[in-house]
Amino acid sequence: MPQLRAKRRRIGEDVIKGVLAVCALISVATTVGIVVALFVPAFEFFQEISIVDFLTGKDWSPLFEPAHFGVLPLIGGTLLVTAIASAVAMPFGLGAAIYLSEYASPRLRGILKPAFETLAGIPTIVFGYFALTFMTPLLRDLGIQVDIFNTLSAGLVMGVMLMPTVASLSEDAMGAVPCDLRDGAYALGSTKVQVATRIVVPAAVSGIVASFVLAISRAVGETMIVLVAMGQQPNLTFDPREAAEAMTAFIAATGAGDVPTGSIEYKTIFAVGATLFVLTLVMNVFAIRLVRKYREVYE
Amino acid sequence: MSRALKGGLFKGLLLLSLLVGFLMLAALLVDVFKDGLPYLDLTLLTNPPSSDPAIAGARPAILATIYIGILLLLFVVPIGVGSAVYLEEYADKTRWYNKLLEINIQNLAAVPSIVYGILGLAFLVRGIGLGRVLLAGAMILTLLVLPTVIIASREAIRAVPDSIRQCAYARGATQRQDGRRQVLPAAIPGIATGSILALSRAIGETAPLLMIGALTYISFDPTILGAFTALPVQIYNWIRQPQEEFKLLAAAAIIVLLVIMLVLNSVAIVIRNRYQKRW
Repeated sequence: MPQLRAKRRRIGEDVIKGVLAVCALISVATTVGIVVALFVPAFEFFQEISIVDFLTGKDWSPLFEPAHFGVLPLIGGTLLVTAIASAVAMPFGLGAAIYLSEYASPRLRGILKPAFETLAGIPTIVFGYFALTFMTPLLRDLGIQVDIFNTLSAGLVMGVMLMPTVASLSEDAMGAVPCDLRDGAYALGSTKVQVATRIVVPAAVSGIVASFVLAISRAVGETMIVLVAMGQQPNLTFDPREAAEAMTAFIAATGAGDVPTGSIEYKTIFAVGATLFVLTLVMNVFAIRLVRKYREVYE
Repeated sequence: MSRALKGGLFKGLLLLSLLVGFLMLAALLVDVFKDGLPYLDLTLLTNPPSSDPAIAGARPAILATIYIGILLLLFVVPIGVGSAVYLEEYADKTRWYNKLLEINIQNLAAVPSIVYGILGLAFLVRGIGLGRVLLAGAMILTLLVLPTVIIASREAIRAVPDSIRQCAYARGATQRQDGRRQVLPAAIPGIATGSILALSRAIGETAPLLMIGALTYISFDPTILGAFTALPVQIYNWIRQPQEEFKLLAAAAIIVLLVIMLVLNSVAIVIRNRYQKRW
C-alpha cells in the first residue's frame, strides 16, 4: 500500500475543520440550551407546587388569587383541538397521498403536490385569522352554535394546515413501495382499489403512521391558531363549541405579558413548556424512528 | 357493487381529499383579500401604528421584518453551511458523537417554535440581559430554522458526485481546497434554495417573537438593538383588537406578508430550476 496521507500536517486544514465543527456544535448547544432553559425553572416551580397537584389538578388560574396550578384544563384543551385536527388531517391527507401516488400521472403529480404543499407554507397567524373570521361564522351559518372563540374552528383549520404534512410524508412512503409488489397483485387479478388499499397502504404503513404522529406532534405544538381562534380561558370540557385554552396559547399569552423574572407566574411558563416539550419530543423520536425503519426495508 | 363502480367511487373520494385542501386554500385567500384589499394602500406601508385604524400603518413592523430577514441570512447561512460541510465532508459517521449530532438536528427540526421562544426569553432576553430587542428576535429565529438549512445544505452537498472530489484530490488539492473550490460552488443552488425557503418560514413566525416581547407599540423605525415588533406580530396585535376595522387592517397586512413570502418562494424556485445541475 502506498502512503496516501500527507507527510506534513497542514494547520489550515485543522483550523477549518475546527471552525466547521464549532458550527455543527451550535445545534447541540441549542438542544442543551432548551433543556436547561425549560427544566431548571420548571424544577424550581415543582419545589413550590407539587408535581402531583400540577398533573392532576382540574383548576388552572395561576394569575389570580387564590392561584391554582392544575394543568389538566390546558392539556385537555390541547388534546381536544389535536383530536379535531387529526380527524381532518389524517383521512384527507392520506386520501390525497393515495391519489398522488397511485392515480396521478407523474406530470400531474409534479403540479398537484407542490400546489398542495403551499398550504403548509402559509404562516400560522394567517390560519388563525382564517379560523376566526371565516370558519367560525361559517359554522354559525351552518347552525352550529359556537362561541366566538371555540375549539372546533381552531381544530378544523389546524387540520387543513396539517393535511400536506400527512400527504407529503405518506406519499413518500408509498412511492418507496417497489413496483414489483403492485405488478404481482395486478397479475393475480387485483383491481386498482385492491392494490392501493391492500398492497401499497399496508407496505407503507410505518411511513403513514410516522406522518400521523408528526402531524399530532405539530398540532400539539401549534401556537397561533389556538391563541387567536380557540381562546385564552382554561376550560376542562369536551364540548368543542366552547372557548378553551391550549398549553401553547397559555405560554404565548403569559410570555407576551410582562411577568417579573423569578415569580411563580414566570415559572409556570417553563413548567407548561417542559410538559409540552416532553410530549412532542416523545412523539418526534417515535416518528423519526419509524421513518428510518421503513427507509431501510426496501433499499 | 360492480368493480368499476367501486373503483370510480374510491377515486372520487381520493380526489375529494385533494379538493378539500384546494377549496380551503381558495377560501382562505378570498377571505383575506376580500377583507384586506380596501385597506391595502400606501398608508399601511408608510405609517406607524395608531389607535385610529384610518391612519394606522405597519411601517415599523415591515422594516423590522426586513432587518430580521437580513440578519437571519447573515447568521444562518454560514452556520448552516458550515455544519453541513462538517457533517458531509469531515465527520466520521461511525463515531457516536457524529451520529448523536445527526439525531439531534432531526429532533430540533421538530421542536415547536414556541419552545424556541421560551429559550429566547430565558437566555437572550433575561439571562444575558440582551433585552427585548430585534437582535434577540433574529438570533432566536436563526436557531429555529438552522436545522432546515443544515438539512437542505447537506442534501445539496451530497448531490455533488464523488468523482468531482476525487478529481480535485488527484490534482493534489487538500480537503479544504476541494471543499471551497469544487464542492461548495457545485452545491450553491441547492443551498440558496434551502436558505431562502428557511427565510420565508422564519419571517412568517409569530409565536417565538411574542415570547421575546415583540408584542408592543412601536411608532418609530426599528434599530437592531432597540425594541421592535415584526409584521406577523403586528397582524396578531390587530386581530385581537375589538374594533372590526383593525381586523380588516390585519387582513391587509396579511396580504403584504403573503406577497413577501410569494416573492421569496418564487426566487427559490427560479434558482432551483435554472441553476441546479442534474449529475
